[in-house]
Amino acid sequence: MAFLSTSKTRAERYDAVVIGSGAAGGMAAYVLAKAGAKVLMLEAGRNYDPGSETPMFQSQADAPLRGVSTPEKPNGFYDATIGGWTVPGEPYVVQNDGASWAEGTVQNRLKTGQNFMWWRARMLGGRTNHYGRVHLRMGPRDFKPRSTDGLGFDWPISYEDVAPWYDKVDEFTGLYGSVENLPNDPDSPHFQPPPTPRAYELLLQRGGKKLGIPVIASRMAILTKPLPGRAPCFYATPCGRGCSIKANFQSTTVLIPPAIETGNLDIITDAMAREVTIDAQGRATGVHFIDKQTGKEEHVAARAVILGASACESGRILLNSRSARFPQGLGNGSGHLGRWLTDSTGSNLGGQIPALENMPLHNEDGTSSMHLYAPFSEAQARTAKAMGAPRGYYMAWGGGRQMPNMSTATPAQIGEFYGAKLKAEARRYFGTFIDLHARGEMIPNERSFMELDPERKDRWGIPVPRFHFEWSDHEVAQVAHMQKTFVEMIEAAGGKPHNPPPADARKVMTAGGSVNHEIGVTRMSARAEDGVTDSFGKLWDCPNVLVADGGVFVSNPYKNPTNTILALAWRQAEHLLSEMKRGTLAAPA
Amino acid sequence: MNASLPTVSVPRSLSRREAIQQILAVTALASTLNLRGFAAELNPPGIGFDPNLLKKEIPWPRLLTDAEKRTVTALCDLIIPADEFGPAASAVGVPDFIDEWVSAPYEQQVKDRAIIRTGIVWLEREAQTRFGKGFADSAGAQQSEILEAIVTEGTDARKQGRAFFKLMRDRVAGGYYTTREGWAAIGYTGNVPLVDFPGPPPEALAHAGLA
Ligand SMILES: Cc1cc2nc3c(=O)[nH]c(=O)nc-3n(C[C@H](O)[C@H](O)[C@H](O)COP(=O)(O)OP(=O)(O)OC[C@H]3O[C@@H](n4cnc5c(N)ncnc54)[C@H](O)[C@@H]3O)c2cc1C
Ligand code: SF4
Repeated sequence: MAFLSTSKTRAERYDAVVIGSGAAGGMAAYVLAKAGAKVLMLEAGRNYDPGSETPMFQSQADAPLRGVSTPEKPNGFYDATIGGWTVPGEPYVVQNDGASWAEGTVQNRLKTGQNFMWWRARMLGGRTNHYGRVHLRMGPRDFKPRSTDGLGFDWPISYEDVAPWYDKVDEFTGLYGSVENLPNDPDSPHFQPPPTPRAYELLLQRGGKKLGIPVIASRMAILTKPLPGRAPCFYATPCGRGCSIKANFQSTTVLIPPAIETGNLDIITDAMAREVTIDAQGRATGVHFIDKQTGKEEHVAARAVILGASACESGRILLNSRSARFPQGLGNGSGHLGRWLTDSTGSNLGGQIPALENMPLHNEDGTSSMHLYAPFSEAQARTAKAMGAPRGYYMAWGGGRQMPNMSTATPAQIGEFYGAKLKAEARRYFGTFIDLHARGEMIPNERSFMELDPERKDRWGIPVPRFHFEWSDHEVAQVAHMQKTFVEMIEAAGGKPHNPPPADARKVMTAGGSVNHEIGVTRMSARAEDGVTDSFGKLWDCPNVLVADGGVFVSNPYKNPTNTILALAWRQAEHLLSEMKRGTLAAPA
Repeated sequence: MNASLPTVSVPRSLSRREAIQQILAVTALASTLNLRGFAAELNPPGIGFDPNLLKKEIPWPRLLTDAEKRTVTALCDLIIPADEFGPAASAVGVPDFIDEWVSAPYEQQVKDRAIIRTGIVWLEREAQTRFGKGFADSAGAQQSEILEAIVTEGTDARKQGRAFFKLMRDRVAGGYYTTREGWAAIGYTGNVPLVDFPGPPPEALAHAGLA
């Protein structure tokens, strides 16, 4: 029985305890269990079954309040997330207007002055149940940014080290895309055919051409061809709800079921890991966790502990693993634990395209995400540098004739009509609005880091994190460039932007954390004094503890992190297996 | 989620220090709950953090009175009448949706409730003043007269009724176009499984100047 109904039935000791069941934990458990290692997965959220719980074809009218965002379901009723910006009983603390501290709330910085937001999913599969499925590879330059332009830090590994693991991940998860031979946006040998672009996307592509901005097929972990046990996308239901036919990548449909099948994986859900335990020699012995069903603290023993709780949760567990030997937290000998926190930059701009008005009716659902996107072009790089933005971003979009929600028929741009005129206008304008957004690279800085709050605890008595976060001028300049480019793109596509470029880019920038690419707090390094882990994610101070999630990232390029998390977690698990075989793992007997 | 404080079980193996930590945690949480008007302590209850997504369950009681509901229904069908594209709003349950919406315990909906309830009172009074009977009881042409006044620049009715009517219009249209009948009325033809995604047909490409 893979799912242990109580924490009592667990084995005495495991080869590995994996904390978390998302991209990182799911991949670690899959690779280790497949190879025959005995694995226990601890997941703080509840068990979750996409096969029976996903609202695939439901309309908004089938949901309370037409599925709009509420504080309890911030991305809407159908979003496959239990959790969000707020998790009951699990507060976190952020800087408020740079001076005071406040509990992180659902409100955005743009309203409250809070500068960091933290999205957590408490469920089997974590955030992979609902994430955007953008699967990009980091390129050669992304691993060596300091060598490229003197800013940020180089990774101790290069693209060549990770490429074979990207290949394995891509083959296994499946993704679509097109071969483009771009210098810093590597292709995959496993691209499935991308879906046909929608009309508005073709207009953007044509517009991009005029501006020297290539618009190419997006790269998404969505199947357009079947893989064993998985159907291809049927182009009808939004990916953010999850996918019961397993056409997109989701830890709960792609990683965890085959791991369970091996018979080597035990899973305890509702199990909140609190700290890694250490013996007198400074080796990890296992994990203390709280069984949320009973409220009791339990301990499980293991030869190795793998942290895949998401970057900041893993950072928190390490900071909370304080002992006489490691008084500043486990893995913090260098003082780098919690530092170098980054998120992607983000901003967006809407527009309307008159050429699409009164369009002949047709179905534009597609894969529910963009079919095209615009990686950072050489042309943009030149003008961005001139504006003080050394690093890039990609542009993507939403729009077209998507399933109507509460605001589809009455955007601010249409008049105050009612009656027959309203119905005619709603039909005329339907699908003519587009929204461009961008995700850009943040350079790690000294002022952005996490630590433990000196007072606050969660409902189990575990100290909670406190976040410091600041964008530097580099990122602000980058967002100014994004906004200028959005205006140009919308106009080049024949559209009317809703706003001109803002005078102050800070006003339209996302808060740190709100793009959900928060990483870096346990970075890897070539030398023990420069980071928290080695190039395989093993703690320099305690090598039988490994960080599998985005905490180990040294840079945060404009490539959403999950594909790289999966590749590094696979690489790490194989490394751990070889060390276990060789007997070189520093674990207690 | 349960709004009450978590029960603290103190297993025998807990040290004194750990026991105190757990108790402190509860205290910390208690102050959190006091500080934040949050969904976990909504009264009446909200949909919760982990609702069944396959079921539409509205845990809060409906608040609109019968009289208010009559006004809302009349407004619904003035905003979305039946035509060749689809039925009127009341034929697809939009009045009940407005009741569901304004009765909800969340900040946005509570704000809307105040505007809509005040607006209904104003609208009824306006009809009384003009026609000597309530809005819902007025003839269609009379009702339209008031709405026309609201959307005409410079009128008193616009000054007093504009914010209310715009909100009402947006919510009614939102409620309507999210139904399957509304999909047909706006021209949404998706939500059907396909073997291949064909992309825009030739007439759509031609229309957008892409042919
Ligand atoms: C709306 C949205 C869109 C996104 N889109 C994209 C995208 O398009 N492409 C992309 O690459 N990335 C995207 N992301 C980011 C992506 O979700 C994350 O990079 C990815 O899920 C990280 O995987 P993870 O395993 O590190 O963490 P998670 O997926 O968050 O999983 C962590 C798991 O650990 C559990 N956990 C935490 N603490 C503990 C503890 N103490 N004990 C036990 N268990 C614990 C959590 O409950 C959770 O289930 C998006 C995120 C969001 C929110
Ligand atoms: S769009 Fe395709 S992959 Fe996404 S949920 Fe729907 S069927 Fe699944």
